[in-house]
Amino acid sequence: MGEIARPRPGALARTETYLDWNATTPLRAEAVAAMSAMLARCGNPSSVHRWGRVARQEIEQARSAVAALLDAPSEGVVFVSGGTEANHLALLGSGRDRILVSAVEHDSVLGAVPEAERIPVDCDGVVVLDTLDCLLAADPRPALVSVMLANNETGVLQPVAAIGAIARTHGALFHCDAVQAAGKIALDAHTIGADFVTLSAHKLGGPPGIGALVVIGELGLTPLLHGGGQERGRRAGTENLAGIAGFAAAAAAAAEEIAVYERVRALRDALEAGVAAVTSEAVVLGAVAPRLPNTAAIAMPGVAAETQVIALDLDGVMISAGAACSSGKVGPSHVLEAMGVGPDLVGSTIRVSFGWDSSEADVDHFLRAWTRLYRRCRGSSCRARAA
Amino acid sequence: MPWFFLQSARGMSSVTAAPARGSEAHLGNAMPIYLDNQSSTRLDPRVLEAMLPYFTEQFGNPHSTSHAYGRIAAAAIEEARAEVAALIHADPRELVFTSGATEANNLAIKGAAHFARLYPQSGQPRDHIVTLTTEHKCVLESCLQLDREGFRVTYLPVEPSGLVSLDALAAALSERTLLVSVMAAHNEIGVIQPLAEIGALCRSKGVLFHSDAAQAVGKITLDVEEMQIDLMSISGHKVYGPKGVGVLYVRRRPRVRLLPLIDGGGQERGLRSGTLPTPLCVGIGRAAAIAAAEMADEAGRLRRLRDRLQAGLARRIPGLRLNGDAERRLPGSLNFCFPGIAAIKLIEACPAIAISTGSACTSASVEPSYVLRALGLSDADANTGIRIGLGRFTTPAEVDFAIDALAAAAGRLAAEAAVAGQGGCTHIGS
Repeated sequence: MGEIARPRPGALARTETYLDWNATTPLRAEAVAAMSAMLARCGNPSSVHRWGRVARQEIEQARSAVAALLDAPSEGVVFVSGGTEANHLALLGSGRDRILVSAVEHDSVLGAVPEAERIPVDCDGVVVLDTLDCLLAADPRPALVSVMLANNETGVLQPVAAIGAIARTHGALFHCDAVQAAGKIALDAHTIGADFVTLSAHKLGGPPGIGALVVIGELGLTPLLHGGGQERGRRAGTENLAGIAGFAAAAAAAAEEIAVYERVRALRDALEAGVAAVTSEAVVLGAVAPRLPNTAAIAMPGVAAETQVIALDLDGVMISAGAACSSGKVGPSHVLEAMGVGPDLVGSTIRVSFGWDSSEADVDHFLRAWTRLYRRCRGSSCRARAA
Repeated sequence: MPWFFLQSARGMSSVTAAPARGSEAHLGNAMPIYLDNQSSTRLDPRVLEAMLPYFTEQFGNPHSTSHAYGRIAAAAIEEARAEVAALIHADPRELVFTSGATEANNLAIKGAAHFARLYPQSGQPRDHIVTLTTEHKCVLESCLQLDREGFRVTYLPVEPSGLVSLDALAAALSERTLLVSVMAAHNEIGVIQPLAEIGALCRSKGVLFHSDAAQAVGKITLDVEEMQIDLMSISGHKVYGPKGVGVLYVRRRPRVRLLPLIDGGGQERGLRSGTLPTPLCVGIGRAAAIAAAEMADEAGRLRRLRDRLQAGLARRIPGLRLNGDAERRLPGSLNFCFPGIAAIKLIEACPAIAISTGSACTSASVEPSYVLRALGLSDADANTGIRIGLGRFTTPAEVDFAIDALAAAAGRLAAEAAVAGQGGCTHIGS
């Protein structure tokens, strides 16, 4: 098979193994098709002439398709530039002064309100519900609670329905960052029980540069970006027409193919089993908690994550040492630290994440490269030390 | 390029038919001739071609630099950054990618104000912002928000030409003025402000100069050094690039400091977090490179087409009046009052051409254009204002078609109005 040839959009060349799907995914064929029509079309969706009206129709259709992913009302969908902006819009625009966020949230939530109160997680990475209850009970100010549905580094799922119920008991709003969960597990707004849900297109086979904050119910939102009054005054700026169309097509395809993730779960489990078969030293973080079917956070104790990532890259296996967005900042993962993982393990954990196009060959490739690395770095020294 | 992309991009400058007629066949009839290039422009096929690989094969997250896919994406973004920087004579490190000009304007204005408030310099606090009454909504609304937050904003009126009076601007500046925000070229009336003079004035007073250059970039020469611009907003989809991407230029020397609006992963040197959309960044880069290479020739071509349109309409429509300065304007931009004819009626009467009453953001509004009002037009006259924007894919035949369509419709509407006895329009010569 050719090294450059990529047979179809949304599929990968088989010479390299891409296991960094939580960072971004290839564009689904459905999204390519939807975008190709929109990219070639001129017209500002706010214009009253026909070019504008046609664009407006496309956007409203897409809004319904994105809402359908959550079984939410379409008028609640606010298109924004991505998950980071959506998280900011929820935390800064809800009108609540008191913000509580879990300790394992994505940087885009932590960065939106740095002074937010932190809700601790247990050693499995799951929010401690009693503590959340106490925190909310201790301060009568109206609050917003922000907890992600699935963690981007470990895949650990939060008990969002219970979190939402506790928030409601205390009159707090609940924002749920569902960026990593959407498209990987079946979702609906009622089960999540949130007032605001964040979605990102490029994590589910849509293009980068587009996402949504879905407002469930009749809640007001103070805009982050002021201007022409687009998105019912909730987000100014000319709509990213092609991005929105691609997002909608990808969301629809992802919802339709959600069953694929049972196969993905088997691949992920096989990979973890394969690692465990090589050595009992390896640790899968968050393994006890309910998790996304596609994510594995694996520590190779004593070997720096950076070393692992580079070695695997040289072997053609693409993974990451955690969140992608740190832009060169190499620091310990706040997610693992919040789980009480010791510094040794924190510094030696990599993230392996699968997608709809992953295969058994990917698992084999990873295991070959990982085992080689393990034997090189640990095999001899461990035996020597044990002796 | 894959067939599915090419199919709909091809044939956009077909002469007699509306652009891209073929791709719109399913809509039942031809789409109108596109003469609304201020509100958005068609993606140049060359830009699309540059973007495509980053939608499909090279889809890596540019911040996942631990592997090849990420590094390829990151390299493409840096190349694009350099292309945009070259167009405005900036250092690539001075550019921050955003989701568009609206975000860039919000970031420039609020970011500078919030930084100044959080980290006050010694002496007088700088909490005063000066802008024009004719600025784009996103500048005015950002200023209004700062007003609500306790900053003081001066909305300076403009001359009847649409140009700022430098004396009035100088008089508006004080020790407490932090920022002046003046649009480079206007989205409704096309007038080009004296940027270098404003820049020199601001620099001499230690005031930051921000310019919303969404309409100007790629159409006229802009040089952030020569014009002493400190902050400048750029839009992708106004220069034949994609929607959903823009750039904010942020001067390094002397350093301009901003607080980010969107914080998190720390991308864009902490000024704008969020995964960068590689294909969109590549698109705005390629669009900038094409504009840089073709600007001189294209401006001449557009100016000739514009003059042809203006002369053709003036010949056939008595009392037609041009809004905004006749000389200092963008090559492809025109704004006319059609005497006594409600703009919205004229637009309805010309379904074969896509034109507007003004800014797309407000064009659905029934209010007369606040921009035309700011030039001193009465509500009645402002309601007759029509904006026409010629672009890279506009052909002479389309211009001639537009002249015929507009003149015929205007004649018909004027006759109807005369018959109905409500022809009380105010002719102010032609």
